Amino acid sequence: MSNIKCQCGHENPYGTELCEKCGRPLSEKAKKSDIVDMRYEGSSRRSQTYKSSIVDKIWNFFSSVKIGVSIIVAVLAASAIGTIFPQKFYVPATTDAEYAEYYERLYGVVGKIYYQLGFYDMYNSWWFKVLIVMLATSIIIASIDRVVPLYKSLKKQRTRRHPSFMKRQRIYGEGDVENTEEALAKAEEKLKELRYNVKTENGAILAEKHRFSRWGPYVNHTGLIIFFAGVLLRGIPGFYVDEAMWLREGETRNIVGAPGYVLENRGFILENYTKDEAEEVFGEALDKVGSIVKTYQTDVTLYKEKEGALPGSDDLEKMQDYSIVVNKPLKFNGYNVFQMDYKLNELSTMTFHLVNKSTEKSLGEFTVDLSKPEKEYDLGNGSSVKMIGFYPDYDGVKDGEPYSKSPVPNNPAFIFQMKTPDKPEGERSFVAIRQTLEVEENDYAVKFASAETRNISGLTIRKDKTLYILLLGGLIFMIGVIQGSYWQHRRIWVQKDAEGHILVAAHTNKNWFSLRKDLDKVRESAVLPAYIDRQDPELDKQEQEGDEK
Amino acid sequence: MDLVAVSSNLLFVSFVSYLVATLFFGGAIKKSKTEKAYHNSKWGTIGLVITIIGFLAHLGYFFTRWAASGHAPLSNMFEFTTAFGMMLVGAFILLYIIYRTPSLGLFALPIAIIIISYATMFPREVTPLIPALQSKWLFIHVITTVIGESILAISAIAGLVFLVKNIDMTKKSKQRFWIEAVMYTLILVLGFVVTSTTFKVMNYEAEFTYIDKNQAPAEITYHVPPLFGMNEYEAMTPDAMTPWIEMPPIVNAQKLSSLVWAVAVGSVLYLLLRLIARKPIAAVFQPLAKKANSQLMDEIGYRSVLIGFPVFTLGALIFAMIWAHEAWSRFWGWDPKEVWALITWLFYAAFLHLRLSRGWEGEKSAWLAVIGFVIIMFNLIAVNLIIAGLHSYA
Amino acid sequence: MAKKNKKQIRLISRTVLLLIMAAIIVYAITSKDRVKVLAEGDKAPDFELVDLEGNAHRLSDYKGEGVFLNFWGTWCPPCKKEMPHMEDMYKDFEAKGVHILTVNVGEPKVKVELFRDDLNLSFPMLWDKNKTVMDLYNIKPLPTTFLINPEGKITKIIKQGMSEQQIREYLESIQPK
Repeated sequence: MSNIKCQCGHENPYGTELCEKCGRPLSEKAKKSDIVDMRYEGSSRRSQTYKSSIVDKIWNFFSSVKIGVSIIVAVLAASAIGTIFPQKFYVPATTDAEYAEYYERLYGVVGKIYYQLGFYDMYNSWWFKVLIVMLATSIIIASIDRVVPLYKSLKKQRTRRHPSFMKRQRIYGEGDVENTEEALAKAEEKLKELRYNVKTENGAILAEKHRFSRWGPYVNHTGLIIFFAGVLLRGIPGFYVDEAMWLREGETRNIVGAPGYVLENRGFILENYTKDEAEEVFGEALDKVGSIVKTYQTDVTLYKEKEGALPGSDDLEKMQDYSIVVNKPLKFNGYNVFQMDYKLNELSTMTFHLVNKSTEKSLGEFTVDLSKPEKEYDLGNGSSVKMIGFYPDYDGVKDGEPYSKSPVPNNPAFIFQMKTPDKPEGERSFVAIRQTLEVEENDYAVKFASAETRNISGLTIRKDKTLYILLLGGLIFMIGVIQGSYWQHRRIWVQKDAEGHILVAAHTNKNWFSLRKDLDKVRESAVLPAYIDRQDPELDKQEQEGDEK
Repeated sequence: MDLVAVSSNLLFVSFVSYLVATLFFGGAIKKSKTEKAYHNSKWGTIGLVITIIGFLAHLGYFFTRWAASGHAPLSNMFEFTTAFGMMLVGAFILLYIIYRTPSLGLFALPIAIIIISYATMFPREVTPLIPALQSKWLFIHVITTVIGESILAISAIAGLVFLVKNIDMTKKSKQRFWIEAVMYTLILVLGFVVTSTTFKVMNYEAEFTYIDKNQAPAEITYHVPPLFGMNEYEAMTPDAMTPWIEMPPIVNAQKLSSLVWAVAVGSVLYLLLRLIARKPIAAVFQPLAKKANSQLMDEIGYRSVLIGFPVFTLGALIFAMIWAHEAWSRFWGWDPKEVWALITWLFYAAFLHLRLSRGWEGEKSAWLAVIGFVIIMFNLIAVNLIIAGLHSYA
Repeated sequence: MAKKNKKQIRLISRTVLLLIMAAIIVYAITSKDRVKVLAEGDKAPDFELVDLEGNAHRLSDYKGEGVFLNFWGTWCPPCKKEMPHMEDMYKDFEAKGVHILTVNVGEPKVKVELFRDDLNLSFPMLWDKNKTVMDLYNIKPLPTTFLINPEGKITKIIKQGMSEQQIREYLESIQPK
C-alpha cells in the first residue's frame, strides 16, 4: 500500500500507472505498451487501491464501469420486456384473477407466463426498483472514484514530460530542426493564436485547451442523481398528489386531493372539426376518418374556503372562471387540474305529464331534476304530484322494496303520489323507464314526456413539488452532457530533449481529427518534425509531407 | 395550385435531387485516385450542392405544409418519417462540410431515400390536430427528437461504411452474415415500398368484417391481397381472394398480410440482385467504401453520437416529459413509446461508456452504432404499428 | 498515523454511503401510499355541515364528549341495516355524552329525507353536498364509522356494517368518564 516514488522525485499513490507529474510510466503494463492508456491520466483509481474489507469489495463492485454498463443493459432489457404486452395500468381489470384471465385470454400461454413472472407490472416490481437504485449507486461511486484522482493529476501535471511519456502518445513525432529555439517560439505563438493555454518550462511547451470538458461526465452524473432524488421524494406524503374525479355538468364538488378548494362544472364541450372551417385542407382526411375531435373542454369555476372557514361549510369565495382544455390545465396554488376523460349523455332531467287515463287529457307537466328532485310538484288547478320514493339506479325489488344499486341516475324509478281534484286523497304509482306499476287500478297516471342529458367530465388533479427538482436535474444533466461532448480536452506537448531533438506529442479525449488539424496548423508556421498517428495506419502520408513543403 | 400541392411537389423535387446527388457522390469515389483528391473532388462538391438544393426543397415542403395546415407537419407517420429523412440529410450535409467524405453521402442519401419512400406509404392527407397534439410542444418536442435521432443515425451510416469496408467478404464469418442481414433488411423496406405502390396503382381493396379482441364486431379494409384473415372474418368484397388462414383475435391479419407481402417481394428482389451480382450485396458496395478512411469513419460515428446524444436527450426525454406533464398530467407514464425512447437513450449511454472506459472503438463501435439505428427504427416503426399506445398515430 | 486516520475516514464514508443506498432500496420498495390517510390515533379534523333542517353542526361543538361519526349512502344496504340500531341507542347515549352524527355523502336532499322518514330516524343527518368532509376523512367504502373520543382523537375506524351489539360496545368505548 505504499506510495510509488517516480524517478523525478514525485510520490504517487499506489496503483498509479503514469507519474502524475512527469508522465513516466510506472506500472509494468504501462512500461511495456506502445501507446499509453491515458484514461483518467493513468492515475490511481481509488477503488483499485484498497481491497480489504467487505465494504471495500462492494465499493469496488459498483466502481467498475463494466458493472455500470451491465446494469444499464439490465434496465434496458427489463424496460423492453415490459413493452411486449400492455402493462397492468393499461389493462381494464381490478382483481388479480381478472388480470390473470386478461393476459391468458388475449396472449395465451405466453401471456400467462408474462403475468406469472410479474412482467405485467414491470416498472413497479421490486427488482426493477433495485436495479434503478443500483444504477444510481454505480453512478455515484464510479464518479467519486474517478473524478478525484483525475482532478489531482490534471492539477499536478508538469509542463515538461519525460520522453518515455511522449513516445507513448498516440500522436508523436521526433526529429531535428535547424533552429530549435525559433521553432519552439513560433509553435508557442501559433498555439496561443489557436487559443490554447500555453505553459513553458525551459524548452518545453504544454498547450492545453478546454480542460473543463473533462468534468462533463461528472456534472451530468450529478444531474442524474438529483433527478433520482426528486423521483424518490415523490414518495413522501404532501410532495405529490395524483387524484382523479368525475364532475357532472352543474355539479359543485370538493376537489379530491386539494383540501379547501371546490370546483363547479359549468359545462362540458366536445367539439369536432367541421368541413366548413377548412374544407380544402382537411376535407380529404375528414372524409376518410369520419370525424376528428377538435376540443374537449370543461368550463369551471374555482372556489376556495374563506380564511378561517371550516371544511364543509358554505363559506366559499370565488377564485376564478376557467376553461380547462387538453394541454391547458387549470393551475392554482401548485395544483394542476387536467382534462382527461369524459362521459356523454347521462340523464339529468325527466319531464312527465299527469294524465287522466280515460280521457288522456293532461293536467299539466312537471320536470324532475335528477340531481335535485323536489318533494312535491304543484301542477296548479288543485293537482300535484308528490315524490314518495326515488331510486336513481333502479335494480328490481329487494326485501319487498324497490332497490337502487348506486346513486347514479342510470335507470331512474319513482313512486309518485298523484293528487287531483277528483282524487284529493291521492293515488300511488310506481314509475320506471318503460314500466308503470299500480297497487290498485288508478284513474290517473304519470306519463313520461321527455328527458334531458348532461355530460360528465373526467378530471385529474396533480400536485408535484418535485417537478422543479426534476427539472433542475435535467438541466444539470444537459449542461454536463453538452460540456462533455461538444468540447474536447486537447493537449499538445512540444519539447527539446537532452540531445537537442524536438519531440512533439498530442492527446485528446475525443475528436482526434480536429486535434490533428490544429497540429497541422502549428506545423505550417513552425518547423516541427512530422508526426504519426499510431492508431491510423491509413492516414495519408502524402498529405502531411505535402504540407511541409 | 394550392399550398398542399406545392408542398407535395417540393417533396418530389427533393426526392429526385437526393437520387441525382447519390450518383455524383458515386462519381466522386470512382474518379479520384488519391484520398486527397477524393476529399476535394469536384464531383463531391456538385453532389453536395445538389443535396443542399434537395434539402432546401425538402424544407420548402415542410414549411408550405405547415402554412397549409396551420400546425407543424409532425403529427402522423408520414409527416414524422419525412421529417426524419429531411433531418438525416441535414445532419449529413453538416458532417460532409466538416469531414468531406463522399462515401458517407453514398450511403446516407440512399438510406434517406428509402426512409422518404417508406414515409409516403402512409396516408398523406393533411389531418387536423386532435386535442392532445394542440400545443407548441408538438413542434419543439418532435423536431428536437427528430434532429437528435437523425444525427444518431449518421453514426450508424458511418458505422456501415466502416463495416462494409473492413469486413472480409471473401470468407464466411459472423460479421459477413450480419452485414449482409443489414443489406437484406434495407431491401425488404424497398420490397414494402414496391408492393404498396403496386397495389395502390392497381387500386386494390378488400373489405372484411371480423370479431375483434374485445369480442365486438368490426370492419377492416386490406390494401394488399389478404393472405391472412382476421378472427372470424367474412368477406364483403366479393372477388377478393380467400385468406389462407384465419388468425387469432390479437393478431392484426391485415398488417401481417402487408408484412408478408413486403418480405416476399423484398426477398425476391434480393435474390434477383444476388443472381445478377453473383456475390453478397455488401461485397457489391465494398469498392465504394474502400476509399473511406476507417479511422475517420470511426471518428464521424463517434462524433455524431456525441453531437446527437444531448439533442436526443433534450427532445425525446426532457421536452417529452415537460409536454407529457402538460397534456397527460404526468411527465412519465411508461407508455411503450416513452419506454423505447428511454431504451434508445440507455443504449447510447452504454455505447459511450463502453467506448470511453472499455476502449470499444473501430468495428465494435460500428456495430453498436448500427444496433442503435435499429432501435431508433424499431421505435419509429414497430412501436407505432405493433405495440399500441398513446403515441400511435398511423 | 495520518494515513491510518485517512483510511478509517474512507471506510466510514464508504460504509455510510452504501448504507444510505441500501436504505433507499428498502424505502423505494416499501413506500406505496403517497396520500396521507387518517389513521386511528390521529386528531379528528374539524368540519362544519348543516343537517336536513338547516342547523349547522361543528365537530368542535362536541368537545369533551364522544362522537360516533357515521358516513353513509341511501343505496348501501349495510348502511340501511345498521341505522335502526343506531336510532334505538341514540337517545340513551346522547344523555351519557356520546353523540351520533351521520353524514350523507352528497345525495339529493329529498332522497335523504325520504330515507329518514321511511326509517323514522331522529338523530342529526348531516348533508355533505360538496363531498368535502367525505374527502377530508378519505371515505372509500360505505358505511365507514369513526369513533372520536372526548379528547377529539380517532380511536377506531370501522369500514363495514356493524351489528347492534358492536354499535353498543363502540358507543360505550367513547363515553366520557
